[in-house]
Amino acid sequence: MPAITSNPVVPSPLTGDLLPAALRDDFPILSQHVHGERRLVFLDNAASSQRPRSVIDAMDRLYERDYANVHRGIHVLSERSTDLYEEARRKIQRFIGARSEREIIFTSGTTSSINLVARSWGDANLKAGDEILVTVMEHHSNLVPWFQLAERTGAVVKQVPITDDGQLVLESLDSLLTERTKLVAFTAVSNTLGTINPVAEFTRRAHAVGAVVLVDGAQSVPHVATNVAALGVDFLAFSGHKMCGPSGIGVLYGREELLEAMPPFMGGGGMINRVYADRFTAGELPAKFEAGTPPIAEAIGLGAAVDYLTTVGLDRIHRHELELVGYAMERLAKIDGIRMLGPGPEQRAGLVSFVFPHPHAHDVAQLLDSRGVAVRAGHHCTQPLHDRLGITASTRASFYLYNRPDEVDALVEALGRIARTFRPSGRKRKKTDDIA
Amino acid sequence: MPTEEEIYQEHVLDHYEDPFHRGELPTATHAHEDKNPLCGDVVRVELQIDAAGRVQDCFFSGTGCVISQAAASMLMEAVHGKPVVEVQSLAAEDMLKLFGPRLTPNRQKCCLLGWRVLQQAIYSPVGQAVPDKR
Repeated sequence: MPAITSNPVVPSPLTGDLLPAALRDDFPILSQHVHGERRLVFLDNAASSQRPRSVIDAMDRLYERDYANVHRGIHVLSERSTDLYEEARRKIQRFIGARSEREIIFTSGTTSSINLVARSWGDANLKAGDEILVTVMEHHSNLVPWFQLAERTGAVVKQVPITDDGQLVLESLDSLLTERTKLVAFTAVSNTLGTINPVAEFTRRAHAVGAVVLVDGAQSVPHVATNVAALGVDFLAFSGHKMCGPSGIGVLYGREELLEAMPPFMGGGGMINRVYADRFTAGELPAKFEAGTPPIAEAIGLGAAVDYLTTVGLDRIHRHELELVGYAMERLAKIDGIRMLGPGPEQRAGLVSFVFPHPHAHDVAQLLDSRGVAVRAGHHCTQPLHDRLGITASTRASFYLYNRPDEVDALVEALGRIARTFRPSGRKRKKTDDIA
Repeated sequence: MPTEEEIYQEHVLDHYEDPFHRGELPTATHAHEDKNPLCGDVVRVELQIDAAGRVQDCFFSGTGCVISQAAASMLMEAVHGKPVVEVQSLAAEDMLKLFGPRLTPNRQKCCLLGWRVLQQAIYSPVGQAVPDKR
């Protein structure tokens, strides 16, 4: 059914570093209209991105021609699936600059990757009085596993504070990093503030006191070129669904020496060398940490997503997003009463969160949705950060490689309307009909 | 799916901007506070129930979306001066009807927050049994 474009299409002043608009055609889901005739403006990419045809096709092809369980069957389909699954692992190894494919563990996502480290490395290495250093801007998935680890071991969780504009106070590391610090866990890019943290510097400081470093790469790996060897991190966790891949697949990168020394976390098939009547011996890396039938199609889909992102180029994606977020912040700043969270565009990745005095973030999201604009509203799983900022909820617009300046225009136009509608106007309540 | 115009009707916006009895009730005999864990909306209800079993006075406070706050205001207005037995018989469906605009299941939770708190406040004497969360 033909539908008219009702969101405004304003010629953009941006030209420089934007990716070609034709790239949108690779993403079938983006060409639809919602709520009748509204063009879909998808700005919820930090929660989960969309995927290109090549990823969908890679998974379809597997299920139509090649699917069987991996590493088990002595038959042609199992061999094909195993080859594709292990090829996906090598693609990810190259994508993040890992030295060996033994360092790439497939998990179900960032949360599961972090929990694996907390359970396996954490339980084996931490004791009462040891310290875990996190930051106040962490996602709950990079806080709760450490709180749980602290409960089990008697270790203490400490936090790096932030400035009012959402940047880590690195001077605080002088006193926070001590010989008691055994683990430093922090995000490379804040999912709420958009802040890009100085991963290499923070890692160097942590290593200087002998701490192990885990980086939450959920918001960075999809958007910024990542090289674990250059950054020097010990663990890196990220998810497939935020980088054009399927849901249900994620990655834990770990330095081989650390992974070798760690006990297996989940027990079951696939992770063993030999099982006897009363005991087992663990398998080799990476199988040691991949108990049970893995997300086979999802891993292969993630491999296809890595191919796609590599072809477009991570540096170009990052520059495209910087253009968009700079433009968005410039236009949003003109809306009456808006408060944007986080640093200026030059220190941030492609997302911007904001609050209005009226109405609440959930109303903003609902009103934006009715105009076809999809954003995230709420605490974005960063309640300690929202507490620090003195707010309970915010609205977040997050961009990816397929977003365009006219979508920023649609967002800003709709927000302007909302700000006007809900501005205190001196209206008075009328008596409600008696119901009781 | 209800549209924006359907949900944010004049009547709803009126209650949001000019709420009925938003504030504290120092003479409260009963009070309760709760939140919607999904979105963080908070509503507190304070009641003064007299010897005859009437809601002699009632106030609400809290933070959150237009729907949760306007709904709480409408509810306070509706139960003010009513016998407690009548308030108890007020079902979730009645609250949704009182609010008016049709809501998706997720937003119904916003609308019903104040109603849920009110129903528990009736059983929560101040200074006894249920501790004051503030």
